[in-house]
Amino acid sequence: MEYLLKEPWPWYAAGPLIALTLMILLLLGKTFGMSSNLRTACAAMGAGKASDFFKFDWKSQRWNLLVVLGAIIGGWIAATYMSTSTVAINPQTAAQLATDYGITSAGTAYLPPEIFASVNLTSLENWLILIGGGFLVGFGARYAGGCTSGHAITGLSNLQLPSLVAVIGFFIGGLVMINWIYPLIF
Amino acid sequence: MKTLSYLITGIFFGIVMFKSEAASWFRIYEMFTFGSFHMYGIIGSALILGIIGIQILKKTNSKALGGQELQLAAKDRSYPRYLLGGVIFGLGWALAGACPGPMYVLLGAGYGSIALVIIGALIGTFTYGVLRNKLPH
Repeated sequence: MEYLLKEPWPWYAAGPLIALTLMILLLLGKTFGMSSNLRTACAAMGAGKASDFFKFDWKSQRWNLLVVLGAIIGGWIAATYMSTSTVAINPQTAAQLATDYGITSAGTAYLPPEIFASVNLTSLENWLILIGGGFLVGFGARYAGGCTSGHAITGLSNLQLPSLVAVIGFFIGGLVMINWIYPLIF
Repeated sequence: MKTLSYLITGIFFGIVMFKSEAASWFRIYEMFTFGSFHMYGIIGSALILGIIGIQILKKTNSKALGGQELQLAAKDRSYPRYLLGGVIFGLGWALAGACPGPMYVLLGAGYGSIALVIIGALIGTFTYGVLRNKLPH
């Protein structure tokens, strides 16, 4: 029983449950877009003084911060009670990560400790990777008007051509990073 | 009551993200190296059901609870921002191995260093807000 509880969920369970999340939020009169809360958080911290982009009634977006709070709690529940926190990826991908980048933790961890373990935060490079990666995600999501949930799920589900352009952009960026920039930084 | 429904939706979403491994750096790396169908299956099946669901809502003129209109506004038809913003987002998604939803899920799961990614994302969002009028849209 415990084994079953801790097994990862296959794609054909997760995809439909994500679609269900989208439908629930639509029926609650909201929308499924996880990056909007970053703007809400900036506004709540007083960023309206620096740019009109943050001058809006952020309290009306309080619901979005509640979804975020829920996601934090959900992550805690899943990691604590429902997971072994290891991820088995394609053995060839795992071998390539070990050979090319010295990341040998595939299959034994959820995130590679080589980058994320707090003991490795003494490395300036890891700080730059984490803050820089986050910066690009935050900047890009607002510039593109949405992230994976807002464009790849909600926008494409609503047959929006701009969302298709954004998703193509996501993959161009991702492929450039993995194929050309990773070999330079790892 | 509404407060609780948003919180529960978030908890549900967080569990799905963690359990499906969509919040794992390894799965994102594997997706961008085409090593597995897993992530494509998740996004693809969510998308197919999302298209069907939204079509049904539209065909039946459904309203949200409380009778308000569904929030399904068309996106602006100006393409540079979607392509440029999309590419920048993709660079970050592959570098940090996390997009905005999973960041919070991972924080809850106890990966403290993901807080640096979230701080970076807040700075990035702020920077966009400041530079917005100078960028091509």
